[in-house]
Amino acid sequence: MDYFQSIDWMTMLNCFIVGGLICVIGQILIDKTKLTPARILVVYVTLGAILGGLGIYKYLIDFAGCGATVPLTGFGANLAKGAIEGVKEQGLLGAFIGGVKASAGGIAAAVFFGYIASLVAKPKIKKQ
Amino acid sequence: MNPIDSPKEYGEYVKKKAPNSPILKDCFNAFWVGGLICCIGQLIFFFCKYKGLDETSCSTVVSISLIALAIFLSAINVFNRIGKFAGAGSLIPITGFANSIVSPAMEYKSEGYVMGVGAKMFTVAGPVLVYGISASVIVGIIACLFM
Repeated sequence: MDYFQSIDWMTMLNCFIVGGLICVIGQILIDKTKLTPARILVVYVTLGAILGGLGIYKYLIDFAGCGATVPLTGFGANLAKGAIEGVKEQGLLGAFIGGVKASAGGIAAAVFFGYIASLVAKPKIKKQ
Repeated sequence: MNPIDSPKEYGEYVKKKAPNSPILKDCFNAFWVGGLICCIGQLIFFFCKYKGLDETSCSTVVSISLIALAIFLSAINVFNRIGKFAGAGSLIPITGFANSIVSPAMEYKSEGYVMGVGAKMFTVAGPVLVYGISASVIVGIIACLFM
């Protein structure tokens, strides 16, 4: 019960709206520009890293929580944030260590679970 | 039917024949599915915070959980259906990244476990990591210059 009381519903609403809007921008790009999904993901992650590096993305995270961190722009921003923190701790070396270190959990999880799933699962045979 | 003799006419012909994608409906679906995925993340985030984790760890747990969920749904062939319905709504959140790793890995399993699963895993995720990590290193170097 305490858990439900700890939920900040205003953040939830912001999260829903911001997360949704970021996806709508992607949808418009898909429908209007014929960019392939891979390119859109690359654009998003790069844009996120730039905005994160400039320190702008932080405000969106404060406002929308996971609405900003869960889309791939958040992944980029997290990489950039890690790199900046790394520089603060270790100087130039940190620029190379920090980014991946901050996102290591997600990357390792995706690779590991992805590998396990591909071992276990059978791809569906496409029915014509 | 009249013969087509100029590129312009051909362009118009293609435009007329190409399926008209209902952008408003696509955007609406992308909006609520994308928003919902983020909200699931936010619920996990609040749960971790309630359990007393710090914010950085909470974000990592959120990423890992959503990735695991997306990969599970991909493995049982449910994610494709969500993707068809929601378009960018399931592509743009980290779930899309997870799906982009597992679906080629599953598909190319027949080509072997090293060059099939191991290599094809990164057909989409590879570029994302290349550009994301490169951008972060550049950000770090710039930050280093200004500090």
